[in-house]
Formats: sequence, C-alpha cells, structure tokens
Amino acid sequence: MSDSETAKAAARREKARRAPAKWLLAPAVIFLLVWMIVPLAMTAYYSARNYNLMMPSITGWAGWTNYRILWGDPTFWSALGVTLLIVLVCLIVTVGLGLALALLFHRNFVGRGVARTLAVAPFFVMPVVTGLIWKNMLFHPAYGLLAWLFRTLGLEPVDWLAQFPLASIITMISWEWTPFAMLVLLTGLQSLPEDQLEAVRLDGANKWHEFRHIVIPHLGQVLYVVVMLESIFFLTSFAEIYTTTSGGPGTATTNLAYYIFQGTFVQYDIGVSSAAAIGAVILANIFAIFLIRFVAGNLNAGEAR
Amino acid sequence: MAIVAFNNVGKQYPGAESLAVTDFNLTTEDGEFIVLVGPSGCGKTTTMRMIAGLEEHTQGTIEIGGRDVTGVAPKDRDIAMVFQSYALYPHMSVRDNMAFSLKLKKYAKADIKQRVEDAAEVLGITPLLDRKPRALSGGQRQRVALGRAIVRQPQVFLMDEPLSNLDAKLRVDMRAEITKLHRKLGVTTFYVTHDQTEAMTMGQRIAVMKDGIVQQIDTPNNLYQQPANVFVGGFIGTPAMNILAADVADGSMTGEGFTLTLDAAHKDAAGARDRLTVGIRPEHLHLADENADVEAGTKGSRLRGEVEVVEPLGSLTMIQVRVGPTKVTAQIEPHQQVAMGDFVTLTCGADKLYLFDPQTEQTLIGIDAGVADKPAA
Repeated sequence: MSDSETAKAAARREKARRAPAKWLLAPAVIFLLVWMIVPLAMTAYYSARNYNLMMPSITGWAGWTNYRILWGDPTFWSALGVTLLIVLVCLIVTVGLGLALALLFHRNFVGRGVARTLAVAPFFVMPVVTGLIWKNMLFHPAYGLLAWLFRTLGLEPVDWLAQFPLASIITMISWEWTPFAMLVLLTGLQSLPEDQLEAVRLDGANKWHEFRHIVIPHLGQVLYVVVMLESIFFLTSFAEIYTTTSGGPGTATTNLAYYIFQGTFVQYDIGVSSAAAIGAVILANIFAIFLIRFVAGNLNAGEAR
Repeated sequence: MAIVAFNNVGKQYPGAESLAVTDFNLTTEDGEFIVLVGPSGCGKTTTMRMIAGLEEHTQGTIEIGGRDVTGVAPKDRDIAMVFQSYALYPHMSVRDNMAFSLKLKKYAKADIKQRVEDAAEVLGITPLLDRKPRALSGGQRQRVALGRAIVRQPQVFLMDEPLSNLDAKLRVDMRAEITKLHRKLGVTTFYVTHDQTEAMTMGQRIAVMKDGIVQQIDTPNNLYQQPANVFVGGFIGTPAMNILAADVADGSMTGEGFTLTLDAAHKDAAGARDRLTVGIRPEHLHLADENADVEAGTKGSRLRGEVEVVEPLGSLTMIQVRVGPTKVTAQIEPHQQVAMGDFVTLTCGADKLYLFDPQTEQTLIGIDAGVADKPAA
C-alpha cells in the first residue's frame, strides 16, 4: 500500500469516526434553529411587511415604514424609558437589599434557617401570582394590607397602583427578585475564605475596610452575574404589569414587552410590533453581549489560575 | 520586637467539655524563635490564634511587650501572621498586598513605597511586584505572604504551617530562608508546624504539645536528649524512637526477643522498678559484631528478629526488624548487606537507652550526646 493510500484510509476512518458527532449535535442545533432563529427571522420578516390584522387587504413589503411609525410613536419612547427605569431602579433595589440580606443571613442567629427560607420564598411565586397578591392583598385601596395599616394609623389609604403606578410595579418586581440576588450573593459570601478576613483584620482593618477591600472585591464576579441576569429578566417584565396596571394609567407603566403585546393583541398591528420586538432584541443583546463577554473572560481567567 | 508571655493560658470553646489548650505557660526571650509542634488537634494553632486575637483565650493572661492583650482586637496587637493558605488578597497586586496594612495605617505614600520595595528586595520578589497572586507559583506566593508580614515591622510574627503547601525541595529552601530572615530581623516569632524536622531545624525553643497540654518546652538538642516523657521521645526524631516494654532483673532488662544491660546510671534511674519502658533511637541501634561489642561493652545487649523492611536511602539504610511483638527500626551502614527475611541481631550502647516509668510515662533518664544546650531562661 502506498503512502497516499494509507493517508486516504486514515482520512476515511477519521470521517467515519466523526460522523456520529454530527448526529449527536443535531438535536441541539435543531432546537436552537426552531426555537430561536426561526422566530427571530420571522419577526424580522414581519417587521418589514405591511401586516395589520385589522387591515387584511393591505399586504406587501413595507420597507422601513414600520420602523418609521415606531420612531414617531411617543408611546414607544415612553415604553423604552419605562423599561430602562424599571431595569435600573429594580437593579439598585434588589442588589442593595439582596446584599444587605445576604450579609445578614451570613451571620449566625437563632432561627436563621426558617428566616432564610421565608426570605427566599418570593422567588418561588409565579410572576402572575405576585401581581395578584400585591394587587388584591397589599395594594388594594379597600381590602389591602397597606390600606388597613394606613387606616389604623388614621391616614387616608392610598390607591397605590393608580397614584404611584410605576413605583408599585418596581416594588413588586424588586420583591420578587431580591431573594435571587440574596441567594447568589450569599453563596458568594460563603465562598469567601475565612483566612482572608483574618489576614485583613491583622493588617489593621476595621469592619468597613473588611467590607470595602475584601468582601466587595470577592463578590465582584457574582455581583456582575446578578446584575446581568437580572437586567435581562427585568427587560422582559410582563406578567406583573399585565395582572395589575395593564400598562396604565395611560401608558405610565407600559414597558417594551407590554408595548409589543398591546401592538400585537390589542391593535393587531403585527408589522409595527415586530419592529418594536426587533428593537427589544437589540436592547437585550446589548446587555447579553456584556454578560457573555464577562462570563467568557472569567473562564479564561480561571484557566490562567 | 517584644517579649510574649503566657500565664496559665487556657482556651475552652463554647459547648466543648474539655479545654482545647490547658494551662499554657511560656515567656519568650526578645526576638526568640519559638516553634509550636504537635500532632493535629493538639492545640498549637489555637495557641497561635490566641496570640493573634483571632481566638479569645478563656483563662489566664497573654502579654505582648508587657501589655496584657486580653480583649484587645487583632488589629491593635501589632502582630503579623503568615497563613497556611497565604491568604493573599486575590484582587490586589503583590505591591498592594504588601502595602495594604501600611495604607490602612495611613503611612506616607513614599514611605510605603520604600518599605514595600525594601521588603521585596529582601525576599527577592522585586520583579513580581506588579503581578496578581494568581500569576505566582506556590513558592512565590509564600514569599509575598512573608513580605506582607515583614513590611509592617510588627512586634511579633506568627506563622501557621507556612511551608506545608510547598513541595519538598522548596520547603527545605524556605526553611533556611525563614531562619535567615528571622536572624536578620530579630522579631519574636511563633511558628506552628506538625513537622518535627521543621521544628528541630528552625526553633530556638520548641514547645511540644499534645491534647492541649504542653509536654515540654526546650531547645532542640535538649528535646532530643532529655525528652520529658514517652510522647516527646517518640515525637522528636525521625524515624521515631523505638519503644519497648521490659522486665528488670539482675541489672538487665528483658523482653520477648531482647536483653539489654543497664549501666550504673541507668540502674540508679530505674530504682526499684521491676518493669520499665525503654526507648532506643534507630540511629543508636546497629548490627551486632561479636568482637567489637566486647570492646564497646555492649555484648550483653541483644535484640533479635526477622528483617521485614529494608529501605536503602543511599547514605544509610533503614531496616525494620520484628523483635517479639514490636517493630524496631534501626539505621545501619549501607555497606552492611541485609535482606528481607534475614534474622539479625542488633545491639545498642548502654548509655543510649532512654528509660521511662511505665505508669506515668515520665522520663527516668535520657541520653547525653555531648551537645546539651543551656536551657533557655
């Protein structure tokens, strides 16, 4: 057998060896295509079409028209603002509260186990249920707990969802997500080596120095992950808004997700909604790119270690 | 630089019935190198942490430089500690790691820079100053941890098994280097280890601990020659001392497989006891030689048994011999050919026997190898 024949045989064997890999990869690839790429492509396609269910006769390519309509729609811009406001404020509240709670639960005290379970509980409540609980049991101006509290104190009950709609939504979302931040930060705290704290204590640090120079840098990576994951969830907040304010009063609590929902299922303008969805995809991607970069960066750093 | 004094120091952990450390008494010299050694769980690390203030002692007093530090926070004790894991701050560069304590103390920038660079120079880590700890090897991290301790010029150094994470060769190098560093800086140092070789080579005085109780505090040579009891005798020295139980009759000790003659000093020490615990170090055992033994007066001392293990180490050979129920380790010359399964006869000079009381396990008589140190004050 000549050399080239041997090489060919080797290549053939290599090919045969690799063949099953393709088949084994296929389900994941197909899943990705069907569940992500196809809807994304269809959304992009619709965003360039005249496609309003109320006007079925108008069809065909719309070019940039849908995007132009979107650009000129003040509600879209207000929805964008509301979305960013929700993301920003919820992040500050959940990370701040989560960190405080994590520090608290990192210490030993009587009943810590029970208290921790209770503190985590909101995370396991479905968003829809969260919305209903807050709307009917807490915020309700007649039957709500807060109304009762105000009356007991001799104050006028407040109709929270009507008077402070966005603050109410932010409260609900924060209530739901603080446990998540707390859990992740708590695991971060628990992985902090005790001897580093001892070393810094011997180096002359007080409690604040410990926190500032050891705890926070140690939590840096988990904090980043919490911020990024929560950003993506907050960007798509919907159920809490749908079950309570329905985006109102007016458009006070209409975020991007709700705006798209309304465009599609209330105004039936699938073209414009698709354009808005593409906008949301771009926004989410800006966050996601940061996240992936960071995670990948961490993996590389881990290898160097 | 300071004198550290322990006065009846004890430590009881909450909920624990017994004391983790019991009645610890020790006063150091200024600038002394004290090694705390003992098996795991003997309380040596607890003792060190009590000096640092990371654990609060529950009995007695600890004085550092004449000041009672009971209730004083770690940061106010002016102590630097090197941790087993080094505990470097991972997000800071080597320079920042070393400068951190000085920054907290609000030293002038130029002063900090000077001190850090001086310390780095001493430890030979100047080229590493701008790296992060994760980019360093184990030995380099070790040096940084030392550097972080020495920049502060503290009153006392504490080192908690600092070499245990290093490979064998590096450990020997760093051992010498820490000793040199100590001589140069002259700071009172406490060093915790479970490795008796480290203890013997580094310590000016060694405190041998067991179950929270100090067994003996003395110089390396004194520990070797005059151990306080069976435990210290067995703990100090590698390979460990052979311990045999013997009956005493007519000026000699006998047991299964061995007979040992007692000289006048040992007879005195043994007194009227009819049973003794005998300790013989492997380096004092050698293969019997009829002619030489007559001359050396060791003809009456015989240990017989089958060789179970032969470990040639190049410069010498270790053999394990089963003498009666006991496994006896002996150190022989490498040219002496002994094979597994051979029956050999070992002998030992009468002045090389350690005698212990079988009940109290206290030493009755040790040996005099001619290198006795003056016991430290």
